[in-house]
Amino acid sequence: MLIKLTGGTVYDPASGIDGKKQDIYIHEGRIVAKPNDDRPVDKEYNLSGKVVMSGAIDMHTHIGGGKGNIARTLLPEDHRQDPVPRSIITRSGTGYAMPSSYVTGYRYAEMGYTAAFEPAVLPINARHAHMEMADIPILDKGGYAMLGSDDFLLRMLTAKKDQKAVNDYVAWIINASKCIGIKVVNAGGISAFKFNQRKLDLDEKNTYYDVTPRQILQTLATAVKELGITHPLHVHGCNLGVPGNVDTTLDTIQGIGGLPMHLTHIQFHSYGTEGDFKFSSGAAQIAEAVNKHKNITIDVGQILFGQTVTASGDTMIQHANHKHAHPNKYVCMDIECDAGCGVVPFKYKDQNFVNALQWAIGLETFLLVDDPWRIFLTTDHPNGAPFTSYPHLIRLLMDRSFRNDMLATIHPEAQKMTTLGSINREYSLNEIAIMTRAGAAKIIGLKDRGGLGPGNWADITVYTENADRQKMFEKPDYVFKDGELVVVDGQVVHTKWGTTHIVKPDWDASVENELKGYFDRYLTMKLGNFKISDDEITEDGRGSLTVHPTKGVAL
Amino acid sequence: MTEINEVPSPFCGAGTDDLTIQVDGTSLKVIKNGCAINTPAFEQPLADTQPRVNGTITDLATAVAKAAAILQSAKQPLLGGCATDVNGMRALLALADKTGAVVDHMSFNNARSNILTLQDSGWMTTTLAEVKNRCDVLLVIGTDLESFTPRFFERYLWTDAAMFLENPVQRKIIYLGQAPSGNASSSPTGQDAQVFECTQDQLPEAVSVLRALIKGRPILAESAGGIPITDLEVIASQLKAAVYGVVTWCVTDLRFDHAELTVQTVCEIVKDINDQGSRCSGLPLVGKEGEQTANQVCGWTTGYPARVSFAKGFPEYDPFLFDSQTMINAGEVDAQVWVQAFNVNAKPLSVTVPTIVLGRSGMAFEQEPDVFIPVGTPGIDHAGHAFRMDNVVAIRLKKLRDAGLPSTAEVLTAIERAV
Ligand SMILES: [Zn+2]
Repeated sequence: MLIKLTGGTVYDPASGIDGKKQDIYIHEGRIVAKPNDDRPVDKEYNLSGKVVMSGAIDMHTHIGGGKGNIARTLLPEDHRQDPVPRSIITRSGTGYAMPSSYVTGYRYAEMGYTAAFEPAVLPINARHAHMEMADIPILDKGGYAMLGSDDFLLRMLTAKKDQKAVNDYVAWIINASKCIGIKVVNAGGISAFKFNQRKLDLDEKNTYYDVTPRQILQTLATAVKELGITHPLHVHGCNLGVPGNVDTTLDTIQGIGGLPMHLTHIQFHSYGTEGDFKFSSGAAQIAEAVNKHKNITIDVGQILFGQTVTASGDTMIQHANHKHAHPNKYVCMDIECDAGCGVVPFKYKDQNFVNALQWAIGLETFLLVDDPWRIFLTTDHPNGAPFTSYPHLIRLLMDRSFRNDMLATIHPEAQKMTTLGSINREYSLNEIAIMTRAGAAKIIGLKDRGGLGPGNWADITVYTENADRQKMFEKPDYVFKDGELVVVDGQVVHTKWGTTHIVKPDWDASVENELKGYFDRYLTMKLGNFKISDDEITEDGRGSLTVHPTKGVAL
Repeated sequence: MTEINEVPSPFCGAGTDDLTIQVDGTSLKVIKNGCAINTPAFEQPLADTQPRVNGTITDLATAVAKAAAILQSAKQPLLGGCATDVNGMRALLALADKTGAVVDHMSFNNARSNILTLQDSGWMTTTLAEVKNRCDVLLVIGTDLESFTPRFFERYLWTDAAMFLENPVQRKIIYLGQAPSGNASSSPTGQDAQVFECTQDQLPEAVSVLRALIKGRPILAESAGGIPITDLEVIASQLKAAVYGVVTWCVTDLRFDHAELTVQTVCEIVKDINDQGSRCSGLPLVGKEGEQTANQVCGWTTGYPARVSFAKGFPEYDPFLFDSQTMINAGEVDAQVWVQAFNVNAKPLSVTVPTIVLGRSGMAFEQEPDVFIPVGTPGIDHAGHAFRMDNVVAIRLKKLRDAGLPSTAEVLTAIERAV
């Protein structure tokens, strides 16, 4: 079937196209060049006056794995307010802060998203994460395997194993857990909390292991680079949420010595200690450092006001934050000599000085970082806000007067502590398309996604131009996934199953000899049963695996 | 005859995966690392493989059509048991969504004590490998650990090695409540567990006072729950002094009203110790016969654990109203599907309404259900996935034999399509 999208205004930064009228042809799920022959068009959509972008990609959103399910179970009162009935096409479920898996897929698609990546896949919990993501319809998905507090790595570093050995282990983990990247959460800190350390600075040693967070970051960033994994080491830094952590973050950027590194939800890591409340914005310093260091990419982790739930691997910080839980309940877990998780419900309030300034810090960061290819639009769903608030966030970025109106309503002391009101920048549609499409595909290492040039998969979103950017982005006219029309006028009209994106870097088989002994001696599962096989993802006929190239390694 | 190694078990809840099983046609024999739970569950002989409608043997298509007809004409169907693997649970929830059924896992009344605690105040917990490598003091609350999980001590405590303990045999084991039924808790060097005995109905008081002592509150009484305060102080001081204390309980063993309040007190003890500056973790033991699997899959599919009604077209959760026994007794259910792929002895509570059973081969009935479809057991007859009792680890179940039995998922999906 040949589909033609006629006359839309195309924003396709992957091909350098910034708002040009252009037809798009779709054949067998992919975008193709205009056919030379006189083949008839089977279906034509007149898109004149419409904005056309590729499907949006969320590069950091907590959509699969144990902590999400804990968050759901913890908050039945949150779902009760947002029941989602079944339809002829769609399954029932529930919203809100942590929606059920089907509702997650529908609501992402209804905003024009066609792919989402779970950033905190504990290797021991990877099977669960993939099973849960297998029940998210429409979207493509993938995950970043979490390392850095796993005892195997910390033992290797303490034993001063060479980089090659670490590389083999990292590659083995990413293969065994079917992931596309590597993430570190509070490097070594989740382990340190198990040894009863309640804080851990960049150069502070684990009380048991002879290792510092800085070493862990350097070793893993090197491994990711040497293995040719496209996605840079994905880092949730030390001291999340702690006033003064801007220094830690700047030190982390400096200390990585030019290696590719992605700093996630950097808003939570950009706090100074100035002012009457000893809490201030470090966004300008962070933006300056990011602008200067081209090896660094960031996503913001914007907070937006309202009830949500925070779910993180960072047990150390989550435990410390339980006193702010709203409602007052929380879960912390130590997990399998691998990592941990902490789930704390949270309500961000615009009349709370700290929350109000967090909101401003996130926006300052967006507006002060120059290069939209190196910054990504996230709320760290659900930690800063549920993903359903993205259209509102886009309006804040694109509409200065709306932003300033909002600014005028927050805690007055926070207004005084932010430069937000003096920043004139407004994001363009092209910049939004970079942040949420082309740039995201590039940083994850997705081949044939995130662009509208021939050869790409036909993940396409069509909007009606509207000065109210929130309205525009919350209700696309059409969304195509792999060439199939899945959303019309912001409503799912058809569902399908997306693929799971992975990489398969090479590793030396001998790494399993040592791992097998370690599993037998210390863990509670056999090595052979730990590894996820391809058929676990594909056997039900819905799932599939898409392997992306690693640099310098032919597929 | 073949031997299969590293077989994971869906039966014991601990996800033991070091079994060696000999397969001879359709008969299985556990030849290595069996236990009182896993060995009989694997070795259960294969019996009927053909479905029955009203007691008469028929083919699968006929049985599925009959099941669909029953559900079609029902106003309020119930999908009970829910003892199956991840794919079985997925299919069950799809069927429930389509038919407006109530979904209720057979052990939910037990699990409820934990879930109510979690939903009211949360908890701090740990998993089996952390216990194995870190736990220096284990406090067991009202639970006979070795009958619940026969290999618990062997696999997780009396280990040859632990990463962070110089001498695993020196771990301290403390029982509060019932005394252990055997001597698995005695260390390999002959050190017995400390046992502070009280009866079930005394446990809430003993646990409450233990919490008060941990919080440093003055206690005037000389005993609580039949246990001298000085003994409770011994427990409190050991738990507080532990490098990594673990407090475990199994809700099935807490057979008194409002056990959730005692579970909550136990969980608050753990939190208190962490807030006081030491490490301590809870270890809730649940998870047999697909309980954790049902709660997890239902959790991501609906937002709620496995006691959910789809009657209004969307999932609603009520841990009391949707109790299947209560609903059946009140005449609120007019058809039921009972799913039990693991245990031939776990049968529907009542067959007063039209009943469809997807059961493990060999299930025998006093009163024949309208439809009986023998299904494969996950981890024996087909591959699959199950969640371990510590809630984080999912295990990959293996197919060990081919007895021609369909999986729960295949049968439920066929019924769903026919409705
Ligand atoms: Zn995150």
